[in-house]
Amino acid sequence: MNGAALSDWLVVAPLVLGLVGSGLCAVFWWRPLAQTIIGFATTIAMTVTAAMLFARVLAGGPQVMAMGNWPAPFGIVFAADTLGAGMALLTALVGVLTLIYSMGDQSEDFRRAGYTPLLLAMLAGVTGAFLTGDIFNLYVWFEVLLIGSFGLLVLGGRKDQLEGALKYAVLNLLATTIFLIATGLLYGLVGTLNMADIAVKVAAVENRGLVNAIAALYLMAFGMKAAAFPLFFWLPASYHTPQPGVSAIFGGLLTKVGVYALIRTFTLIFPLDGGIFNDLFMWIAAATILFGGMGALVQTDLRRLVAFTVVGGIGYMLVGLALTTHAALSGGLFYMLHSVLISTGLFMAVGVAGRIGGAFDTSVLAGIYRATPAFAAIFLLGAFVVSGIPPLSGFWPKVVLVQASIAAGQPWLAAAVLTGGFLTLLAVSKAFALAFWRDSEAPLPVPETSPRAFASLMGPTAVIIVMAAMLGMFAEPAARIASAAAEELLRPAAYVAAVLGDGA
Amino acid sequence: MEPLFAIVIGIMFAITVFLFLSRSFVRIVLGIFMLSNATHLLIFTAGRLTFESPPLIPYDQSVPIEAIANPLPQALILTAIVISFALFAFVLILTYRAYQELGTVDVDEMNASEPRAAASEEAAE
Repeated sequence: MNGAALSDWLVVAPLVLGLVGSGLCAVFWWRPLAQTIIGFATTIAMTVTAAMLFARVLAGGPQVMAMGNWPAPFGIVFAADTLGAGMALLTALVGVLTLIYSMGDQSEDFRRAGYTPLLLAMLAGVTGAFLTGDIFNLYVWFEVLLIGSFGLLVLGGRKDQLEGALKYAVLNLLATTIFLIATGLLYGLVGTLNMADIAVKVAAVENRGLVNAIAALYLMAFGMKAAAFPLFFWLPASYHTPQPGVSAIFGGLLTKVGVYALIRTFTLIFPLDGGIFNDLFMWIAAATILFGGMGALVQTDLRRLVAFTVVGGIGYMLVGLALTTHAALSGGLFYMLHSVLISTGLFMAVGVAGRIGGAFDTSVLAGIYRATPAFAAIFLLGAFVVSGIPPLSGFWPKVVLVQASIAAGQPWLAAAVLTGGFLTLLAVSKAFALAFWRDSEAPLPVPETSPRAFASLMGPTAVIIVMAAMLGMFAEPAARIASAAAEELLRPAAYVAAVLGDGA
Repeated sequence: MEPLFAIVIGIMFAITVFLFLSRSFVRIVLGIFMLSNATHLLIFTAGRLTFESPPLIPYDQSVPIEAIANPLPQALILTAIVISFALFAFVLILTYRAYQELGTVDVDEMNASEPRAAASEEAAE
């Protein structure tokens, strides 16, 4: 028996590293410093391996590894295509930045309570979800990331945190259970769990009613995970309650796992063919954009405002999926890249603003511009990025989506995209005017943060927001990668052949 | 046999929905427990029910001689049971901690994370 080639291990390397790092951190439970060092070593190694994997996928198409050398479709396979490997790379990158941020954000107590191992476990879960090629395995990764996120959410144990965690826990458990129900039914229908194999067999099923019912269950489960309308209410109820660093990584990554799962299932297993599901997706996308924008507009708590912009962002990605044209899907994927960076960045920035001003609510918070003009400039840049001011990165995917909507004969969807951008701009401008520009009546509280901690909060915030902005100025490579990823998704034959072998 | 299982699963889902509609959080948590159990039964049934033929292969054979029960759904259920049990325990403890902090398990009174204070302040102005 010849083992898997060493290079094949690259496919699972990022997530194995995450799990090992998490376990190692748990070994050094009482030594926060050791945990932090392990955390950095792990996330940096994850970034490097994910980057290598991504380079290989770009050069040579989908990379596949069969666990335990069981040939597909019998064993569990891990399959990285452009979308999956790219998202794994982003996950690791955001992980590194969040760890730097939490050096200033998380107190010693939280680190002793297991912050780093939980974070690494969650990162491993997210990476696993992006890389697996087996639908039951996807469920397991969902649960892994859910367990990690539960722990991170309740760290600190404040009143509102516990309550937010309850709502988050119940609704997310419900979503994963619906996912499991759908998977059970799908297994009963086609008798396989390998996603590529399912794709081949579902296409041959004659009972389309049953297939559509299962697809609807998946839509509900992943829609809830992705915080799409009308199932997003758990997100603004819980994402603002933990420490800002935790909110940042939640806002940046977790909902995108839901969107990723939607994109994967509805391009590979139940390809959208212009039927009822396309219409459904269009309505969901438009409603998510508008409710996200309107929700952001009425918030006074900056953290909740950002949470609603995260919800709105989900809508743009779904527009790409709903239209199912190559241009639209690549626009949606480009938006996903943008949204991972800017959602993380804005949550981080809001955390810094709260540190400086001593509050998160714009009815109290004021005068940050006078205190720290440089930080105000960074926040403003982030605000412009998220609302899609040209030439920043929110702008280009929206151009593509508007063009694609009109080309597909759905101008109302283009209107929703534009209105959503406008609402977001209003919301963030209002926040900037109140919290930053307005002079504070009382002097700002003297921050308890040491200059060193402050630097570690500020550094990653600035880096990620500037990265998101630069993404717009140098949009060409990102757009090309998004286009290649969309191409792969719309023509899954290469993915299926890579997983099942060329004989299938 | 499958129709009987289907009916039982249906009843369990109905109980779940009833429990979810309750205002008491403890009942909602019990609903999650019921839901995961119903799901396990559903996977079991979806894998087809086979009687008295364990998935065993005789010593000198490499493939089973006759039709056997499908072991895969049972492996899936085992995984799902472990996960759902752990998460159920977590949510149960979380509910208890929330009860200690908030002094209530009534979902209508849980509004610490989404305060209505802002709305009432505006009304007062």
